[in-house]
Amino acid sequence: MSAKTSNIVLKTANLSIGYRKKKEVQIVASEIDMEIKEGELIAVIGINGAGKSTLLKTLSGINHIIEGEVFISNNKLSKTDPSELAKKISLVLTEQTLSKNLSVIELVALGRQPYTNWIGRLTKNDLKKIMHAIQLVNIEEIKDKKCHELSDGQFQKVLIARALAQDTSLIILDEPTTHLDLYHKAYVLKLLQQLSRETNKAILFASHEINLALQLCDKLLILKDKKAIFGKPSDLISSEAFNDLFPSHLIYFDKESSSFKIK
Amino acid sequence: MLSQKKYTFALLLMFLAVILTGLFNISLGSVNIPISEVTSSLLGLEVDKDTWRYIILNYRLPKAITAIITGSGLAVSGLLMQTLFRNPLAGPYVLGLSSGASLGVAIVFMGASIFGASFAAIFLSGWTLVIASSLGSLLVLFAVILASIRLRDTMAILIIGLMFASFTAAIVSVLAYFSPASQLQQYVFWSYGSLGNLSWNEVLILGLFWIIGILISIGSIKNLNSLLLGEQYARSLGTNIRKNRFMIIIATSLLAGSITAFAGPIAFVGLAVPHLVRQIIPSANHVTLVPAVIFGGAILMLLCDIIAQLPGSEFSLPINAITSLIGAPVVIWLLVRKRKFNF
Repeated sequence: MSAKTSNIVLKTANLSIGYRKKKEVQIVASEIDMEIKEGELIAVIGINGAGKSTLLKTLSGINHIIEGEVFISNNKLSKTDPSELAKKISLVLTEQTLSKNLSVIELVALGRQPYTNWIGRLTKNDLKKIMHAIQLVNIEEIKDKKCHELSDGQFQKVLIARALAQDTSLIILDEPTTHLDLYHKAYVLKLLQQLSRETNKAILFASHEINLALQLCDKLLILKDKKAIFGKPSDLISSEAFNDLFPSHLIYFDKESSSFKIK
Repeated sequence: MLSQKKYTFALLLMFLAVILTGLFNISLGSVNIPISEVTSSLLGLEVDKDTWRYIILNYRLPKAITAIITGSGLAVSGLLMQTLFRNPLAGPYVLGLSSGASLGVAIVFMGASIFGASFAAIFLSGWTLVIASSLGSLLVLFAVILASIRLRDTMAILIIGLMFASFTAAIVSVLAYFSPASQLQQYVFWSYGSLGNLSWNEVLILGLFWIIGILISIGSIKNLNSLLLGEQYARSLGTNIRKNRFMIIIATSLLAGSITAFAGPIAFVGLAVPHLVRQIIPSANHVTLVPAVIFGGAILMLLCDIIAQLPGSEFSLPINAITSLIGAPVVIWLLVRKRKFNF
């Protein structure tokens, strides 16, 4: 990594996130400074309600920025047109409202929408990207199945393939491992790591799997007490950033094994 | 999305079926005219009897065209609403359009006894019903559009549409309660729907609304496909949700509103045809679904109209009853047979 100069994909400067209700501003977290480079895998962790989803929604342009600025490949997020942003950031959400009557390949193909013409016609190049995305996550065998025939783990891979087909420099995933068993949690996160290495895309995800994230991610963003700490896993461990992440009466962070243990 | 070529044949068959049922529709009625005579009359060739030509050109052809416009327009509106609200129970009337129209018509028929006879004398002319139901629909439409501009949540629009429906239905009930039987009956007859009362001028106006509505629907195909993923994904794909939602509501209003104004509140077709079509063509892609639903709606309406006029007899049944009588068992049969619900 150090040999080649990595481009910055996303950068935040003194970012505050939260909600605006009429005139009242409710801040969930502030002073968030982070920098994501090409090919990096980054996890956002924090307890429930710490603002993980709010952060991801703000970075992807769904929520408004309360304060500070977000830069997407050196352009201000607030000045980026939604149709332009669709070529820079793709999402994998926990939203369950999507039509499972779509076949796998149809769903992946929808990732090409920012590039297709008015009626959504796919060119040869689009088809190539779709097949490439399908190969990257190993779902060739199920590509003609309907989505309602898939297991949760398979479906998650399909959603990741759709984000890959969108061909963006950054992929944002909101809790991609919920509903999955331990094996599939590890499988999906390992897949994300592989994809970030192979495609040189930056991948940012929110997760409760701290133990797995510590082993796989290049950097972590910890949301705690309305503040953010950003750094490499080893640096965060040595600075004892994890020690008071959770209320201390039940679990503690074991430095030796870099994982949480029950008291 | 991916190649929809495998459905081209099915679409072609449906198109042929529209033409065939159309010919049968024109041929059958209180007087049965041979198909060969129908085609030569439509092609402007010699016809055996002049009365046949007269019946076809002035009565049956406008009715058949109205059936095609009504069936296809309502079916497309139903499809748009089902995709927009991600709800299989949505139909062209979830925005409250038909209840608005009902209110307008109810005031014309039954308001007379309440507002006095002079009111009725002024308003009961040929175009009264069309104008009254258009005004009623427009009133509800503006309210829904105002709400849709203010609201972020699409589901809230669905609820508001349902509330307007209940509200206007309540006013209609109150009017009905105070109305004499004869006026109540007039209103009930309107609510049965009718395809046969349109002059060529009216068919042309209806056709104009239909074309605009269908064109907007076709222009929305790409965005409709992105909505299959849910609103958040659609937004992340660069779709302008509010503008898209606005266009879909406008298309539905033009189609369902104008149809209700000219042919009455025809139920069922809009809700059922998209489901029928999905059972036959198991695609979620609107590139295929929109034309399939247009053809499917036209076929169903033409068939229902054939049955409603009870070929060979002087009687005819209300179209609104026939659509449900025929359509509901077919939907149930298809769902039970396939044991799988494609939505």
